[in-house]
Amino acid sequence: MTKIGVLGLQGAVREHVRSIEESGAEAVVVKWPEQLDELDGLILPGGESTTMRRLMDRYGFMEPLRAFGESGRPMFGTCAGLILLAGEVAGYDEPHLGLMDIKVERNSFGRQKESFEANLVIKGVADDYNAVFIRAPHIVSAGERTEILAECDGRIVAARNGQYLGCSFHPELTDDHRITAYFVKMAEQAKASLAHS
Amino acid sequence: MNTGTDRVKRGMAEMQKGGVIMDVVNAEQAKIAEEAGAVAVMALERVPSDIRKAGGVARMADPRIVEEVMNAVTIPVMAKARIGHIVEARVLEAMGVDYLDESEVLTPADEEYHLLKSDFTVPFVCGCRDIGEAARRIGEGASMLRTKGEPGTGNIVEAVRHMRKVNAQVRKLVHMNEDEIMTEAKIHGAPFEVLMQIKKEGRLPVVNFAAGGIATPADAALMMELGADGVFVGSGIFKSENPAKFARAIVEATTHYQDYKLIAELSKELGEPMKGLEIAGIAAADRMQERGW
Repeated sequence: MTKIGVLGLQGAVREHVRSIEESGAEAVVVKWPEQLDELDGLILPGGESTTMRRLMDRYGFMEPLRAFGESGRPMFGTCAGLILLAGEVAGYDEPHLGLMDIKVERNSFGRQKESFEANLVIKGVADDYNAVFIRAPHIVSAGERTEILAECDGRIVAARNGQYLGCSFHPELTDDHRITAYFVKMAEQAKASLAHS
Repeated sequence: MNTGTDRVKRGMAEMQKGGVIMDVVNAEQAKIAEEAGAVAVMALERVPSDIRKAGGVARMADPRIVEEVMNAVTIPVMAKARIGHIVEARVLEAMGVDYLDESEVLTPADEEYHLLKSDFTVPFVCGCRDIGEAARRIGEGASMLRTKGEPGTGNIVEAVRHMRKVNAQVRKLVHMNEDEIMTEAKIHGAPFEVLMQIKKEGRLPVVNFAAGGIATPADAALMMELGADGVFVGSGIFKSENPAKFARAIVEATTHYQDYKLIAELSKELGEPMKGLEIAGIAAADRMQERGW
């Protein structure tokens, strides 16, 4: 069975676990870097990106996570997770993991009272997707090899760059598991092709 | 695009899970908290132990302090309004505060009615000691709960009592027959619909944090062990000898609450924690947990 990890340092971990299981894969809560070895894919959940980054530094997660992505195994970042994956964060000198060829801006829709739900078309996933945005970032610009999957109000809110998938909103907060299922499929395909190489 | 929906308000609290929300009284403390890994800060004029000492009427913080904290950090900022004080809550909402605490730490403005929190776009957190209070607050529109504990004491005993009680009552409810829920609602003064929802989902429909008396990393880990979704630390951090180190230790103990060797390491040479208060030594009239209805 395909094993998908959820980085379990802080945030909406339980919801992603449920969504992975609903999508027919095995879920693992990852609290230490050694756990990465057994995984076929990894989700960086929603939460507070500054908190997760502090804890990632404290427990030596940065290099193992970069190596995980560079090995070709898929990673999916939602909201805070998207910020962690991004190659560039507007207003900051350094990105976090810097793996995905996108530039993101934090809290770009405003403060909590501006948080919202909206219906989206997500290319290859759904044309009627109810997305929950909470103090959400958005993708300011994407590299040539990055495919834009969804926009909201003229802003990019979901994209894929090779093995990296990211979105501004929180698929884990609804019962619609289609985007998680899409990611599980990415992990299954990567597992099959990595086994052949 | 819909703002202020239940999903958006409750979802905001879901994102705070496994984290520590710290009380701060100025921008400098807010930055220390953010740097230590707090998931949010609560902007206050005084921490609960100082409110207790100062006596008199405790009100919403000076908006300048709240604004200063909002400008200092990128993590969410919470603030407290008095129980039932519609205008304090509306003022804080208008300022763009991310989450409001209708809090018994402040002197209540209304001794009969809480705010109708479903009327607001900003989400609310409220304190509870049992399932009746929890369900009434959810019924009024609270998007997040926390134990009341006994704020400003550095004594964990009341928070433990409240967390155990709510969780035991949720477990009982889940195992009851549906035709018994109405009587349970009557006994607890709880809205029937909320109890039915708890029964069907097998848990509270909103996250429940621990608050009120957490003074050490082990206290934070204990509350997580008892089923808290995260912790609020009020007076504990900035009343300790080395706040930055203390704050980092509490954050790590909350994440790895079952890693006892790590908690032992974190707890070494932290300096004096805040001086605690024995609950029995506090007159009934001075117990903040008795506020709220």
